[in-house]
Amino acid sequence: MLKINNLKAKVEEKSILNGFTLNINPGEVHAIMGPNGSGKSTLSNILSGKKGYDVSGEILFENSDLFSLETEERAHKGIFLAFQYPLEIPGVNTSVFLKTSLNAIRKARGEKELDALEFLKLVKQKSKDLKFDEEKLNRQLNVGFSGGEKKKNEILQMSILNPKLSILDETDSGLDIDALKIVANGVNSLRRKNNAFLIITHYQRLLDYIKPDHVHVLMNGKIIKSGGPELALELEKKGYESFS
Amino acid sequence: MKIDSSQISREKEIEKLKKYKYGFSTEIENIKAPKGLSEEVIKFISNMKKEPQWLLDWRLKAYNRLKALKEPDWQKPKYPKIDYQDLYYYSAPKSFKEKPKSLDDLDPKLLETYKKLGIPLQEQKRLNNIAVDAVFDSVSVATTFKDKLTEKGIIFCSISEAIQKHPELVKKYLGSVIPLTDHFFATLNSAVFTDGSFVYVPPGVRCPMELSTYFRINASDTGQFERTLIIADKGSYVSYLEGCTAPMRDENQLHAANVELVALDDAEIKYSTVQNWYPGDKDGKGGIYNFVTKRGLCKGKNSKISWTQVETGSAITWKYPSCILKGDNSIGEFYSIAITNNHQKADTGTKMIHIGKNTRSKIISKGISAGFSDMTYRGLVDIAAKANNSRNYTQCDSLLMGNKCGAHTVPYIKNKNSESNLAHEATTSKISEEQLHYCQQRGLNSEEAVGLIVNGFCKEVLQQLPMEFAVEAQKLVGISLEGSVG
Repeated sequence: MLKINNLKAKVEEKSILNGFTLNINPGEVHAIMGPNGSGKSTLSNILSGKKGYDVSGEILFENSDLFSLETEERAHKGIFLAFQYPLEIPGVNTSVFLKTSLNAIRKARGEKELDALEFLKLVKQKSKDLKFDEEKLNRQLNVGFSGGEKKKNEILQMSILNPKLSILDETDSGLDIDALKIVANGVNSLRRKNNAFLIITHYQRLLDYIKPDHVHVLMNGKIIKSGGPELALELEKKGYESFS
Repeated sequence: MKIDSSQISREKEIEKLKKYKYGFSTEIENIKAPKGLSEEVIKFISNMKKEPQWLLDWRLKAYNRLKALKEPDWQKPKYPKIDYQDLYYYSAPKSFKEKPKSLDDLDPKLLETYKKLGIPLQEQKRLNNIAVDAVFDSVSVATTFKDKLTEKGIIFCSISEAIQKHPELVKKYLGSVIPLTDHFFATLNSAVFTDGSFVYVPPGVRCPMELSTYFRINASDTGQFERTLIIADKGSYVSYLEGCTAPMRDENQLHAANVELVALDDAEIKYSTVQNWYPGDKDGKGGIYNFVTKRGLCKGKNSKISWTQVETGSAITWKYPSCILKGDNSIGEFYSIAITNNHQKADTGTKMIHIGKNTRSKIISKGISAGFSDMTYRGLVDIAAKANNSRNYTQCDSLLMGNKCGAHTVPYIKNKNSESNLAHEATTSKISEEQLHYCQQRGLNSEEAVGLIVNGFCKEVLQQLPMEFAVEAQKLVGISLEGSVG
């Protein structure tokens, strides 16, 4: 599904990713763990199409070259990024944003756009599944939301957009244990044979609730070790230091 | 490969048309007054409209006063000198020499024009609960829903018709809010105004539908000077909306309207504008000079006047819809969205003049500038010595897109009453790259993303619009900013 080959990225002459390579197949959950400054957020930014990076290498998503696609085109193809810091958009109602987003994607795929009633039914069901407070749907997007509410809102968007590849950029940071469980349950309930997850995190904690198929350790812009779920535990015990 | 230059200019035309969908003109034979401004021209206009002597005298008084007035020049947007002798002050479709008796008598070409503009005058009757008065160049061409309004005693017609049929009302209120000596453009309007709308709502009547006027400048070299007068008698309510479009022309066209509102005791007037005059091309060529005087008088106690404006068009917008809060406990409101893109300029805001006791005013202004444009909010809050316990709240937010545009806020505050209370808040922000990226990651292209963010920014004002027009205005906000993100 996603093939990253020897990805290098620079910002203002500073190298951040130095030959990053990763393959993700449908149905898999990959976790990338790494210390601060290892290049985790740069990776998610580049995958989502954020500008401002000087990149080389290759990224293929379902055999199309990601670099030739605009941010929104990547979203249309089924790439979703749960942001580390979800943005506030004052004056824009959360459910209006969600509907606009879903219909933009459906339209780009040649699918029928949902009318207000169909959308309402969908969003109500998904909110219930995720224990997302429906009242928040009528509030301005992320404005006045707590850190946990913002992250839950990202997961709600993910479940409504139903992407092929979901990238979770430190979604667990700043969450209390209850919110963490809700986020994890959300991800688990969306796991299918034909979709995949890339979970970027500092801590092993989230992986107690989401069982990854593969764990990778990212340091200095490249993967230095890959393994199964046991690698996360080892990392938790020994710290990143022991891998360097 | 050889490229035919006419082909290029044709393609340019098409490209332009795509951007401003109202940019067509209609070929209709016109009767025009001789070019230029003179006593003869004013007499010609008055004569064409079969006006009574008092009105001609009034016009001539304004004209004489005008000679002593100077065009103001304190505004931020500068423009080349206007040659007032090189304009036509009256242009009417030839077929109107005798005013049409009903919609069926209208020139089919005119009906076609209004259909293109999305104002199907005939179908309007059945479809919407909105009464429309349409003004084409200088004359009002059709008013719908007349019967239903007459039942309630509401008068909604062109001002020319009102002058003939309700002279006592016109005589009493015309110029009572904007005196004919007021200032250059207002006085010019008083001398040469051609048509516009007239509304009178009798005591205790709540107007059952939105009243709407659609203004269209069609002929070239023509100024449009319409005059609107709305009177809400005691305890009545009316909501009125005006929309404006014009064809694309390379020269600038002057639009200097006067709008007067009078609210008597316990009456409320809600006046909404969606102004989408041709803004000029992307290099700043052509477009309308929108120099309009709009003023409301809260004459009676507990009266209320609320202005809502969405200003997206015109090369230069220069206007300050204002409220004179004369009656005790009266309320004035001003909600504004002004958008400038490319080389457009705007200097707009309001004046709230508190005279009565316990008067309140609220100003919410949202300015968005993009491209090379320049936007100024200018507002006056004036609280008179006897206006005890008056309050004002002002909020001015500016949103900048790109780094070649400007936004300025110029609030004037005069408070002569120590019991009164004023609050002013202002913010300036930019749409952040991060916000755009977030929206794009959710599948919106950059223009959709900007449209969404800007609509959020303007929400408080958009909410004030009558529902039927809020959706249209939202779309307009998006369209006006097309091409502003690189």
